[in-house]
Amino acid sequence: MPQGFRLAEGGLIDRARPLGFRFNGRSYQGYAGDTLASALLANGVHLVARSYKYHRPRGIVSAGPEEPNALVQLGRDPRSDPNTRATQLELVEGLAARSQNCWPGVGFDVGALNGLVSRLLPAGFYYKTFKWPASLWMKYEYVIRHAAGLGRAPGERDPDIYDKTNAHCDVLIVGGGPAGLAAALAAARTGARVVLAEQDCQLGGALLDRPDETIDGKPALDWVAETLIELGRNPEVRILPRTTAFAYYDHNYLALVERVTDHLGEKPETLPRERLWKVRAHQVVLATGAIEQQLVFSDNDRPGIMLAGAGRTYLNRYAVKPGSRAVVFTNNDGAYGAALDLQKAGVSVAAVVDLRTAPEGPLSEQAEAAGLPILAEHAIVATRGAKRVGQVAVAPLGPEGDRITGDGEGVECDLVLCSGGWSPTVHLFSQSGGRLAWDELRGCFLPDTPAQATHVAGACNGAFGLAACLEQGLAAGETAAAAAGFETKGAGKAPPQATDRGFLPARWLRLVPSIEPAGRGGKHFVDQQNDVTVADIQLALREGYRSIEHVKRYTGTGMGTDQGKTGNVNAIGIVARELGRPLPEVGVTTFRPPYTPVTFGVFAGRDVDDLLDPVRKTAIHAWHERAGALFEDVGQWRRPWYYPQGGESMHRAVAREVEACRSSLGILDASTLGKIDIKGQDAAELLNRVYTNAWSKLETGRCRYGLMLGEDGMVMDDGVTARLGEHHYLMTTTTGNAAAVLGHLEEWLQTEWPELQVHLTSVTEQFATVSIAGPNARRLLGELTNDIKLTPKALPHMSFAEGAVAGIPARVFRISFTGECAYEINVPASYGMALWQTLIRAGEKYDITPYGTEAMHVLRAEKGYIIVGQETDGSVTPFDLGMDWIVSKKKDFVGKRSLARSDMAKSDRKQLVGLLTDNPQEVLPEGAQLVEKALDKPPMPMIGHVTSSYMSPNLGRSIALALVKGGRERHGQKVQAPLPGGHTAVCEIAGPVFFDPEGERLRG
Amino acid sequence: MLLIPCPYCGPREETEFSYGGEAHIERPKQPEALGDEAWADYLFMTGNTKGVFLERWVHSHGCRRWFNAARDTLTNEVLAVYEMGGKPPKLEKRSYV
Ligand SMILES: [Zn+2]
Repeated sequence: MPQGFRLAEGGLIDRARPLGFRFNGRSYQGYAGDTLASALLANGVHLVARSYKYHRPRGIVSAGPEEPNALVQLGRDPRSDPNTRATQLELVEGLAARSQNCWPGVGFDVGALNGLVSRLLPAGFYYKTFKWPASLWMKYEYVIRHAAGLGRAPGERDPDIYDKTNAHCDVLIVGGGPAGLAAALAAARTGARVVLAEQDCQLGGALLDRPDETIDGKPALDWVAETLIELGRNPEVRILPRTTAFAYYDHNYLALVERVTDHLGEKPETLPRERLWKVRAHQVVLATGAIEQQLVFSDNDRPGIMLAGAGRTYLNRYAVKPGSRAVVFTNNDGAYGAALDLQKAGVSVAAVVDLRTAPEGPLSEQAEAAGLPILAEHAIVATRGAKRVGQVAVAPLGPEGDRITGDGEGVECDLVLCSGGWSPTVHLFSQSGGRLAWDELRGCFLPDTPAQATHVAGACNGAFGLAACLEQGLAAGETAAAAAGFETKGAGKAPPQATDRGFLPARWLRLVPSIEPAGRGGKHFVDQQNDVTVADIQLALREGYRSIEHVKRYTGTGMGTDQGKTGNVNAIGIVARELGRPLPEVGVTTFRPPYTPVTFGVFAGRDVDDLLDPVRKTAIHAWHERAGALFEDVGQWRRPWYYPQGGESMHRAVAREVEACRSSLGILDASTLGKIDIKGQDAAELLNRVYTNAWSKLETGRCRYGLMLGEDGMVMDDGVTARLGEHHYLMTTTTGNAAAVLGHLEEWLQTEWPELQVHLTSVTEQFATVSIAGPNARRLLGELTNDIKLTPKALPHMSFAEGAVAGIPARVFRISFTGECAYEINVPASYGMALWQTLIRAGEKYDITPYGTEAMHVLRAEKGYIIVGQETDGSVTPFDLGMDWIVSKKKDFVGKRSLARSDMAKSDRKQLVGLLTDNPQEVLPEGAQLVEKALDKPPMPMIGHVTSSYMSPNLGRSIALALVKGGRERHGQKVQAPLPGGHTAVCEIAGPVFFDPEGERLRG
Repeated sequence: MLLIPCPYCGPREETEFSYGGEAHIERPKQPEALGDEAWADYLFMTGNTKGVFLERWVHSHGCRRWFNAARDTLTNEVLAVYEMGGKPPKLEKRSYV
């Protein structure tokens, strides 16, 4: 029968809007306003999952985010979401979900055999059995994960978009129940800017399930509606339903996730699926409510056994009968409300089993008056039923509550509503660093000392009655607004009137005794999601674990996606009981974000694909694209890698580009080199202090190569700096290092040398830099400039001139990274493309050839020029590179003292060498390790590694640079490079300069 | 994420800043005069205080200026900020066991 368990009237569902949905391949109907869980229950579906370890049949336990069992795989690839809580999932037309964790189906599950061999699967089983040998762990892990299954990640990329947004407010209120709403009212009335986040789709909190509650003599939901109208009219108030505050970080920074479109049948393409709110709040009010705790009794996990409060929610909010014949099992007065609601809805109540010696409290009295069968000082000691609870055994409890007296008596039922008391939702408070304190009376941890500007109100603060919630909410809202600097006098109206109906008194039996001790016969589940039983905790304690954090990790209790929301206090209580220590001494485990699981999508937001990271393009980028260049990422820059012509291979293209530079003329876009403009009377002094060589004597118009070290003596950057004027220099840095070098210089200037008068300006993007290199470079440049003298005498190697090139104001630097006569022409970036195109046109007669980073690397490697970050890795000194010539012995500089450390003088330091493979056609992979002699298998003592490796067209063979222990003394000796696949390359150590060692070409 | 009061710009998100380690570690005037151990002490050794710690920050994605801050490393409260070269403010000692 469709929706056979739906009540004819009542509830907050819209019976005029039926919705079709599918679960495990079968079609069902629910109503707008349902969750998947309530719609399933309306159709009599209780068995929704199999448990993690034993594959036991599991049902819906809760009606909210605390749900341990009813996790479903939602939707189909690519829009598939694992671990979705059916209890929070709003029903939409066409929704399709499946049970996860079972194969082939939830009704018949192969893994359920695990249940029959459960003795073999105690706590720590995986650790103990599969931890050795380590090499097999990957395999075990795969099988275990597959069998255990925690849903399935979608196989395709997520087609939805996700957004992130920032918000600032005076008062952020988490929780839209009565306390949160009252806080919002009070704060908003002072004029404070208020954000109110509620994880549910509707505001009202527990009031949504309690039609009997009244405020000011009217139904409580009327007050909620009026409150929302008042808040809605206030432009300073933002109410965010379907928004979970999942993390509370430092300085009142909270992360919220808003589910924007999941609940919409038609999803507008313009809207993101979810939105991440990053909120910085002056004050925070936590009105997060409380979560009902389970009772730990024998086989307390069968479908049909749920929390009493959840039962009330299904009855009252969703108009669903969660069963036909119920047993209510409680340690407190509050659950009698559930019994009364059941009776009112026409569900027969077979028994109210109360662990307390006498049914005390206002609701107990009402239930007695209503004639409900109450069994005081009784316990459920066993349950039966394969896929749904069918019977429970009830027995009288001994006076200490630690054993039962007499035999169990069977009671037929298809629903058991349990209540083990309520535990405040202190997760965010605890995440914020706030201290918790144990409250003996309420049997829970309460917020104690806040660590930040945090206020707590309502059930989260231990106020379980409505009147107290309203009162605390108003007070917290007002206090928070006042702390944020708002005038509160007269802002409040008369406080709304309501009745306090808490759940106390209670009797705290954390472990309900059964006929046999825990671990024999039935299973007392403490954590249903991770299948952790009392016996597991006892085992952990027997094996010597004492700290609750260790017990948690060893057993896995509280470590599921629900973080043990309905069972952690029980786990702590059981540990305390077993150890014979007071519960607060055992302490509480750490609460960590996220409060409930958050999609990866919302963390990624729009920062995917092109927006993952900024892409920097030079002024000439479009030309490179048109020329068919392939690009290489260098830092955030996109640099042309090589320019294949007519189907050329990379190898051919690079060889052609390299040869062009050596034989005629190459052209390179070097705009990405970092450029720092340095001005001031102490500019030269700054250079003296940060570079290893001396700068005082550099004349205006000349350039000098510099090596920059960290204070640890390791090479951090290199580049050429030109003296442009009396107190004016232009420093170039490695492309990827420009920001780091500027930061380095600024740090020293500001923190150690404030007396130096120097200004630093990053001008990397202000200039386009075009480098032309080769025997025809001077000829071409000469054709395009009238006012710059280019003769070797007028503009020698390592000098600089200013003038017009192709009519464009330019700085021309005669510097070379190729070993050829080369000019770097800097023009304002907006002229970059014009300059490039002019050079290309004018250079046609020289066969001018654009070359990319790969050819540049080959050219520089032929010359033995290092690249910082390739030949260096943060552990390489100038001496290791054989660059003693650039290290001043006279002056101090950053890093100098470190070069004198004893470690630096060791003869087995890795030193830069050239490497020539015996087979001239073999190109070693960069990063290859070098050994004296390759052994059959690792380990082999490693003596160095390859840092750069190329095929050199000019030498007609492969060349490589490497760092080798004591390498400078080993020229001519052989080393070996064992390569993947078993092949070993034999190579000879050589000097690092392979081409034109005298440098005649570049000076010519 | 911290909210750091840059002395020059006002309170800004931590992501705009870079951390510079312990404050008031002065570079030795004559590094050459130091033995390896003393040099290593300057170079590598910093405090690991539980409580009020004087440290350096730079507003990298803002004014790019360096400054000192006094931060409680346990609660992350930023108790004071002051300029480079400035004297640390007098703060109540916080001791944690
Ligand atoms: Zn600033």
